[in-house]
Amino acid sequence: MQSVLDTAGPLAEHIARLFWIFAGVAAVVYLLVTGFLVHALRRRREAGEAPRDTRHALRAVGVAVGATAFILVGLALADFFAGRASTRAPGDAMRVRVTAHQWWWEIEYLDGTPSERVRTANELHLPVGRPVALELISDDVIHSFWVPSLNGKKDLLPGYTTNLQLVASRAGVYPGQCAEFCGFQHAQMGLAVHAHAPEDFVRWQSAQRQASPEPLDAIQRRGRDVFMSSTCAQCHRVQGTEAAAVLGPDLTHVASRRQLAAGTLPNNPEAMASWIRNPQRFKPGTRMPASQLTGDDLSALVSWLGSLR
Amino acid sequence: MSALEQSWSDPPGLIGWLSTVDHKRVARRYIFTTLMFFALAGLMAATMRVQLAQADNDLVGPDLYNQLFSMHGSAMMFLFAVPVMEAVALYLIPLMVGTRNVAFPRLNAYGYWIFLFGGLMSFTVFFLDIGPEAGWFSYVPLAGPAYSPGKRQDFWAQLVTFTELAALIGAIQIITTAFKLRAPGMTLARMPLFVWAMVATAFMIMFAMPSVMLASTFLITDRLVSTHFFNPAEGGDVLLWQHLFWFFGHPEVYIIFVPALGMISEILPVFARRRVVGYVALVIALVTIAFLSFGLWVHHMFTTGLPPLGMSFFTAASIMIALPTGLQIFCWIATLATGARVTFATPLLFVIGFFFIFIIGGLTGIMLGSHTLDQQLHDSYFVVAHLHYVLIGGAVFPLFAAFYFWFPKLTGRMLSERAGRWNFWLFFIGFNVAFFPMHILGLEGMPRRMYTYHEGSGWEGLNLLSTAGAFVIAISMALFAINVMVSWRRGSRADDNPWKASGLEWATSSPPPAWNFADIPVVNSRTPLWEADFPAAHVHGLRDDARTVLVTHLHDATPDHVSIMPSPSIWPFLAAIATSLLFIGTVFTPWALVWGSIPVAITLIGWFWPTPHDTKEMREIERSPHDTGEPA
Repeated sequence: MQSVLDTAGPLAEHIARLFWIFAGVAAVVYLLVTGFLVHALRRRREAGEAPRDTRHALRAVGVAVGATAFILVGLALADFFAGRASTRAPGDAMRVRVTAHQWWWEIEYLDGTPSERVRTANELHLPVGRPVALELISDDVIHSFWVPSLNGKKDLLPGYTTNLQLVASRAGVYPGQCAEFCGFQHAQMGLAVHAHAPEDFVRWQSAQRQASPEPLDAIQRRGRDVFMSSTCAQCHRVQGTEAAAVLGPDLTHVASRRQLAAGTLPNNPEAMASWIRNPQRFKPGTRMPASQLTGDDLSALVSWLGSLR
Repeated sequence: MSALEQSWSDPPGLIGWLSTVDHKRVARRYIFTTLMFFALAGLMAATMRVQLAQADNDLVGPDLYNQLFSMHGSAMMFLFAVPVMEAVALYLIPLMVGTRNVAFPRLNAYGYWIFLFGGLMSFTVFFLDIGPEAGWFSYVPLAGPAYSPGKRQDFWAQLVTFTELAALIGAIQIITTAFKLRAPGMTLARMPLFVWAMVATAFMIMFAMPSVMLASTFLITDRLVSTHFFNPAEGGDVLLWQHLFWFFGHPEVYIIFVPALGMISEILPVFARRRVVGYVALVIALVTIAFLSFGLWVHHMFTTGLPPLGMSFFTAASIMIALPTGLQIFCWIATLATGARVTFATPLLFVIGFFFIFIIGGLTGIMLGSHTLDQQLHDSYFVVAHLHYVLIGGAVFPLFAAFYFWFPKLTGRMLSERAGRWNFWLFFIGFNVAFFPMHILGLEGMPRRMYTYHEGSGWEGLNLLSTAGAFVIAISMALFAINVMVSWRRGSRADDNPWKASGLEWATSSPPPAWNFADIPVVNSRTPLWEADFPAAHVHGLRDDARTVLVTHLHDATPDHVSIMPSPSIWPFLAAIATSLLFIGTVFTPWALVWGSIPVAITLIGWFWPTPHDTKEMREIERSPHDTGEPA
């Protein structure tokens, strides 16, 4: 389960620490103020007692206002320094561009020559310990990139490029999601950050740089033909084939991913088949249309997609 | 008396009902209408809570859910929270300052009709499945022509036009009535704190609302005639909307909250049986909040990639609001601490509920004001929790205190205290059960405005708990409605001043007559009714056979001149219909602006056309400036 307070990196850690400072101060202030209130309400009074003189009361009000100002200055300073710390990641950063679409994430690794660049969707893989500098852009409406365990969120705005740094200090899978309302399927615009040990990351990256493997058997070959001759190829790209469209997620290594459709379904053959048959059932409003594929065509297609590791 | 009755009464029948310009009748309708919209928007919230009670629920799909939360937010802000405060003020302020009507009675009636028609339009289109779908904030480009085709967002933009027009009219009434119609002797330094709060609010309305009217006009022209204010591809800017919207949107929060502060300053001292401690400090705090509220809109945009140093400035400005707010809370606690024996009547219970809930909301507000913390908390359920703690705790609890407190003045009957206690406790407990868990959900990564979430997200238990709390709130609201209906008919009779309060509104009968005060009292204290010799004097020389009011000077409320108030008229109602047709027509075609202005012009001419009777009356009281006749 994700949490702002269960952090997996130094940037989120700075914010979590700041949260505890604020929460601690808030708790003390709350108890003090409500304590005074209860005391004021419960003070015993003689029947018919006249109101008291206000000189002491006014002095107490003045002290309380002064204390409030003092606390606020302290909190503002704490905010300022935590803010500086949480936006400054050390070392040379890996550059990744994240493009938000209604309703999925396109992820592109920018370092290296163009042929070394990796393009994937809804899963951001990164090596533990190395800062990652995200360039955030949007293809349509405003979205917001948020992985609570690693850092705060940042909006992706059409017409702007925004930046966010991530550093993971331990390996693991950290869920995240779009945090800015972006239309029909805002609720199902999830992503996952996979933080790997550096050598595992290199292995993942070189695997992703490969073109898609050739089909192993006749069924998979038929599946590929179905893909190329139906509507699939009009939106999706599979490197090493004729399919080169960029409207939908890149499917070159779709089988290596854990989930489908930005966290909507787990990635297994049954889910893939039901998704292709009728995506609107799981994610009403998604840009992907239902397909007319049935029986052997569908299972051949699923089998080929399952080979794209 | 019969002369007063004759000059201040409304014509009989339906026409009379539609033409009334009595601020009390108009305000009662206003309050009733806002409460109906409150109930509808509350039912929408309940529907959303049922949908979110379990993971992967399919009671409500994304289309309806998006309309539900958009309409819930828009209605609560534009059709309930702001107008209900203005409506209460339009009822109370003339009574509190000791005059006979608001400053512009016909405009007041027009403002109400505009508000009513705007609200009816919004709920009608919602039930026709063309309700707004891009949130109450309508961020572009999602709300623009490319991503929200159809008419849904156009109706939203016009909802803003309707309600802001009504709000501006209310603001003008409040300022002018409070500044120019106070009873003699009620200097600014003796003005009731609720009136001060409403004056501060009305100025905020006048500076904040034009910003959102401008923004929504840009939006509707982008949608209707393809201007490109917000289209990045044509040089437009998506952040322009956010700046304009939040320049209104943040003061909006204080427009809702400041009147509630004024209510507390009126109610709490009555039950502590003493004058409020720190009157001057409380006035300064109200005015300070009004100014500060315009300097912190950017804290709604902390995640849009603005420069950090600029954000630190807005952090400082945002958390600074805790000073004037804290000051008021400390003054009230001091009032209770130094008062005589406290009576725990229902109004005070709601005020105490305010303290316990609102302070939590204020403290989480400091967290959200910190731009560093906001990177995590922004747009999560933590914010949903925070805003309900400040708006329900900070405004709705005091508003309920006000209902229980002033209901006898409106109706001449008391609300049931027993039902009131149940109402309070169910509301208080239900509220905390419904909204406290949302803080934790936000920290656990749940974003706002999701129509569903998946099994295994870890959010299931707290969401179910929250829904249970929502049902307790619903029961408490139903109890309130029953209490009002039963007490209105069969409640125990209230005398003029059932709480032994100090304000002028308690110096007249419950309910007050159409002319409020037969004799305008002269005021020589902040708490006039607690003075042994009240009323020390009356205003003499006001004619009973015309709708006369006394106009006084702004600062020291010395008499200036006598003014004659306009008589009842059907034209404000007709003008509001014509204006509504124009507004609704522009949803469909820009030409509605051209052709629709003709009926508006005709009705306005009818409105201002002097009748022979009015002219004769005016001539009679007209005096040459050289005339040394006795002043009123």
